[in-house]
This record gives sequence, structure tokens and C-alpha cells, in this order.
Amino acid sequence: MNGGALFVAVFLACAVEAVEATTIVLAAGTARDWRSALIGTAMALVVLAAVIVALGPALSAIPLRSLRLVVGGLLLVFGLQWLRKAILRASGHKALHDEEAIFERELAAARAAASDRRFSVPDWYAFTLSFKGVLLEGLEVAFIALTFGTNQHDVPLAAVAAVAAVVVVAAAGVAVRAPLARVPENTMKFVVGVMLTSFGMFWGAEGAGARWPGSDAALLVLVPAVAVLGLGLTQLLRSAQQPVEAPSAVVS
Amino acid sequence: MISAVAAKLRAFLAFWYDFVVGDDWRVAVGVVVALAAIYGVSHTSVAAWWIAPVAVVVLLSWSLLRVVRRT
Repeated sequence: MNGGALFVAVFLACAVEAVEATTIVLAAGTARDWRSALIGTAMALVVLAAVIVALGPALSAIPLRSLRLVVGGLLLVFGLQWLRKAILRASGHKALHDEEAIFERELAAARAAASDRRFSVPDWYAFTLSFKGVLLEGLEVAFIALTFGTNQHDVPLAAVAAVAAVVVVAAAGVAVRAPLARVPENTMKFVVGVMLTSFGMFWGAEGAGARWPGSDAALLVLVPAVAVLGLGLTQLLRSAQQPVEAPSAVVS
Repeated sequence: MISAVAAKLRAFLAFWYDFVVGDDWRVAVGVVVALAAIYGVSHTSVAAWWIAPVAVVVLLSWSLLRVVRRT
């Protein structure tokens, strides 16, 4: 895996999660109180940084083969789940992830909640909503960035990709002050699902003792093969049954 | 007091179950079985790498099929 592929995989995975976190923070800030929402976001980022600082060296201390077995297995489970959801959405068997609808739902819930000042936070509800949203979405990002980086011996590049994704999405969110409804979230999820499944397969099998034909070059076959499998299954599901909801583009 | 701790513990475990296993526990079990099979076969003279792609095709198709049959 070269640096470019590592960067793209981590950037896309982080961008998808960042879009979801941004939607929650925007809802908390718009409906309640921007200061509290931003304090919640900052606190969650501090906790995430602490998790990364604690986990990073621990991951580097694990023997590479054991790390690849565990991480490969987890990435494979994550990847198959992401791919499954993206295929179901693209084929119309599951509603597309609608950031605008999620934003409206969060907005209504935030407006209905009572106001409560705690410590130096003016609005505790806005604080906890942002804190939880950023922390939960960020945990998966931290795991992907750390494991990809550790496996490829390039944690700094993975960290740069993760930070770049968060900065780009956050800047877009601030610029439009609205849910990022135009981001092709399902397409990104499909791509990330393909990457996680391919790398999970590669590392998991290597960690379990298998030797891939062509060594690292096997990834050049695995990634497009998983993509073709995903697109093929999408088409199959589309034609096999009348969808419950009209899909938009192939995987948009 | 004990019930409050139990509720928090349940919520904590539910979060990690959802985070790691996700919507379909059969996929997670299938991945563990596939990796165990690779480990076993890799100790023989037979190549073990092919088990991973076969597992992905079977698990993904099976999981999707279950959802489609329900809808």
C-alpha cells in the first residue's frame, strides 16, 4: 500500500464520520447555543486525542502478526458492515442517509429540551449533544487512522489524512451553516467499505498465517475485486426485487 | 444503586457490541470462523489465502439476502 492509498482510505473514512458529527454540532449550535456546542466539540476532541496518545504506543508495541490478525479481523467486520449498508441503500432496500432529515430531527429535539447551566457551560444540553456526537463518530475514525497507520508504519501520514478530512468537512459546515446534504455520503461509505474489506481481508489472512500470491501486490487485485463484487450485488438486488424507496445514483 | 451500575454497565457493553459487531452478528462470527480456518489450513501444505475472499463473497451475499428476504 503506498502513501497515496493510505491517505485516501483514511481521508474518506474520516470525512464520512466528520459529516455526521458536523450535522449534530450544527443542530446543537443552531437550535441551542453555539458556545456550549463548540465547548462540547473541543472537549470531545481532547478526549479523543488522549485515547489516541494512549493507544498509539500500545499498538506499536504489539507484534505485527498479532496486530494484523486482530486489526484485520476488526477491519473486515467493519468493512462488511459499511459495504452491506451502502449496497442496501444504493439498491433501494434501505433509506439513503439523509443529513437534512437528521439535522431537522436533532433540531426539533434540541429545541424541545429544557435549558440547564452547569459549571461554566451556558447550555448543558448543547454541550452533551455535541460532546457525544463528536466522541462517538471520532472513535471509529481514531481506530481506522491508528490501525492503518500502524500497519503501514506511517502513523503521521494517517494522522494528517484524518485531520485534513475533519478540517475540510468542518470548514464546509461553517461556511454553509447547514447540513452537508450534498456530500455523496453513500458513495463515500461504499468506497470506504471496499477499502476496509480489502485491507481487512489482506491483513487478517496474513496475521492468521496465510501468504498472499504476489505479497503486497495482491491488494491491487483485492480492492477492485471487492468493488466489482459490491457493484454486482447492488445491481442484483436492484433487479431482484421492487425497491422500497427509489434509489438515486448507483451509489450516491 | 446496584441497578444503576448494572444499567450503566449494560449501556457500556451495548455501545461496544454495536461499535464492533454492528447490525449483523453473523458476519462477525463468520469472520472469526474464516480467520480460524485460515490459521488451521496455513499449518498444512495447502494454500490458505483463498479462504478470505471466499468468506467475503459468502458472508456479504448471505447477509444481504437475509435483509432482502425480510423486506
